[in-house]
Amino acid sequence: MKADPKGVLTGAHYIDGNYAIAEGALAAGCRFFGGYPITPSTEIAERFVQRAPHVGGLFIQMEDEMGSMNAVLGASWGGVKSMTCTSGPGFSLMMENFGLGLMLETPCVLVNVQRGGPSTGLPTLPGQGDMMQARWGSHGDYEVIALAPDSPQEGFDLTIHAFNLSERYRMPVLMMTDECVGHMTEKVVIPSAEGIEVEPRRFTKKPPSEFLPYEVDESLVPYAPIPGEGYRFHVSGLTHDEQGYPVINAEAQDKLVRRLVDKVKKNAADICKYEEKDIDGADVVVLSYGITSRVVQPAVEMAKKKGIKIGQIRLIVVWPFPEERIRELAGSVKGIVVPEINLGQMVLEVERCAAGRCATILVAHAGGGVHDPETIFQAIKEAAK
Amino acid sequence: MPRTTGIRVSGFGGQGVIMMGHIIGKGAAIFDGRHATMTQSFGPEARGSACSSQIIVSDDRILYPYLRQADILVAMSQEAYGKFLPGLKPKGILLIDEDLVRMKERPKDGVKVFAVPATRFAEELGRRIVLNIVMTGFFAAVTGAVKPDSMREAVKTSVPKGTENLNLQAFEKGFEYGREQVEGHAAAKRQ
Repeated sequence: MKADPKGVLTGAHYIDGNYAIAEGALAAGCRFFGGYPITPSTEIAERFVQRAPHVGGLFIQMEDEMGSMNAVLGASWGGVKSMTCTSGPGFSLMMENFGLGLMLETPCVLVNVQRGGPSTGLPTLPGQGDMMQARWGSHGDYEVIALAPDSPQEGFDLTIHAFNLSERYRMPVLMMTDECVGHMTEKVVIPSAEGIEVEPRRFTKKPPSEFLPYEVDESLVPYAPIPGEGYRFHVSGLTHDEQGYPVINAEAQDKLVRRLVDKVKKNAADICKYEEKDIDGADVVVLSYGITSRVVQPAVEMAKKKGIKIGQIRLIVVWPFPEERIRELAGSVKGIVVPEINLGQMVLEVERCAAGRCATILVAHAGGGVHDPETIFQAIKEAAK
Repeated sequence: MPRTTGIRVSGFGGQGVIMMGHIIGKGAAIFDGRHATMTQSFGPEARGSACSSQIIVSDDRILYPYLRQADILVAMSQEAYGKFLPGLKPKGILLIDEDLVRMKERPKDGVKVFAVPATRFAEELGRRIVLNIVMTGFFAAVTGAVKPDSMREAVKTSVPKGTENLNLQAFEKGFEYGREQVEGHAAAKRQ
C-alpha cells in the first residue's frame, strides 16, 4: 500500500543522516517511539519528537534502554509501527528484549548509530564495532536482518525498507548505521506519498474464533491479531506452540526455533541487498558497508591508476550475509579486501565463505575516525600480488 | 568555480560554525542544484574551543565526504586559525573575522586573505549572535562558491522563524562589505 501522506515530508531537504532516519520512519508509518537518549543517536529521537504531534505520533522517554525496547514491542502489539534508536551501551541493554521481539515475532525497527566501544568508549566518534553484536548479541539461536546506509538519503530509504522487512517477516529489524552517516548532512529527496510503498501489518483474515497467534502457512510467518476486534492472543518469551502458550520440551523448541531461523534463511534471496561495481574480471574486490564504502573510493581510484583490476561490493543489507555471492566471488578473484571500523568482524564472514579459495585481507580501524584511504590502497596492492 | 571545492568553516563553539556550514551546503545542494556534503567535528572539545564544519561542494556526486586540504578556510577565532591554516591549499582563500584573528605574518603560498569585522557588524545590528550570517554574506561575496541568491534562500529557510529579516540584514551587511573588498582587490590588480 502507499504511505500515509501525513507522515511524508515531500521535498528536497538538507538534513543529516539521523534526521533522515526519523523522516524515513515517519514516512513508513511509524507512530510510536520509545526512547532513551544517547549520543550519537539522539537527533533521531529529537526529530521524531518535533514531528510526532503533527502526524498523530507518540514519543515516550523511558527509564532506560530495556524499558524503551519493551515499550516498542508493546506498541507494536497494539497495532502501531514503532521504533527506537540507541548506540553502543544502549544497544547492549536492548539485546535481551531484542531477543524477546524476535521470539514474539514483533515488527519494529531498532537503529544503532555506532560509536567507538567497548563500554562507553567514544561517545561522539564513529565505530562499526557492533556488527557481530547485531548478529549474536542476544542469547539463543536466531537470525537477524540488519541494514547499513551509506548516506542520509539511504538513511531515509533504508528505514522505510527496514519497516517493510519487519512487517513482511514479523521481526525486529536493525539499522546499523554509524556516527559518520548519522551526523553527515546532504541533500535528501523525499518523494510524494504515492511514490512510497509501505507494507501493512499482516493481519489475520480469520475470524476471532479460528485465530491462532502462531499458526503459519508456507510463508513461515504468522499472522497478527487485529487489536481491539475480539482476537485473543497470548505472547510469551517461553518456547510456545501455535496458540502462544508455553510448551517446555525439545519438540516444541525444535519446531519454533527452526522456523524463526528458516523464515529468514529461506528468504535470504529476497532480503539480501548489495551493490556491485566492476566485478567482472576483477583481481581484487573491496567489500565494505556504511561510511566505509565511501572512504574506500580514493583507494579504489589509486588502485585503478596503478592498473589493478579492482571491483567493489557494498553491503546494503549486512545480515543475512550474502554467503552465496561471496563464495562465487572467492572462486574468481585473488583477494577480498575488507576495511571496517573495528578490529575484524564482517571479515570473519568473508573468510568463512571464501574458505581459503582467495586471500581475505582485513584493514582494521579501532574507531574514532575513518580509514586513511592510503592504508586501504596498501591492502589492495597486497591482495593484487 | 572548479568542479569540486573544499570549504572549512572554523571558530569556537557557540559562534554558529555548524549553522554557517549548513547554509553553505544547503545553498549549493538545494538551491544551486549541485552536490554538497557537510561533516562536522563533534565532541566535548567543541564547546568554547576550536570547532569546525567541512563542506564539499561539487558538480558530481560526492563519494569521499572528507576534506583533506581546503580550498577555502573561514577562521573566526585565533585558535581555529592556528589549528586549520596548515590545512589550507596553496593559493587558497582565507576569510577571517579581523577582530578575532591576528595574523602575525601574511600566509605564504599565494593565499588570498579577506578580512571582515563580522562580530562588530553583528553587534551594530543589535544581535551578536548573527555574526555567522554576516560572515556567510561575506563568504558569498568573496568566494563565489555558491550563488548569492541561493545563499539568501538558504539563510531564510535555515534560521528560526521570526528572525529572517534580521538574518538577511546581517547577510547583506557582510555581502556588501565583501563586494567592496573584491572590487578593491580587482582595482589593485589593474593598477
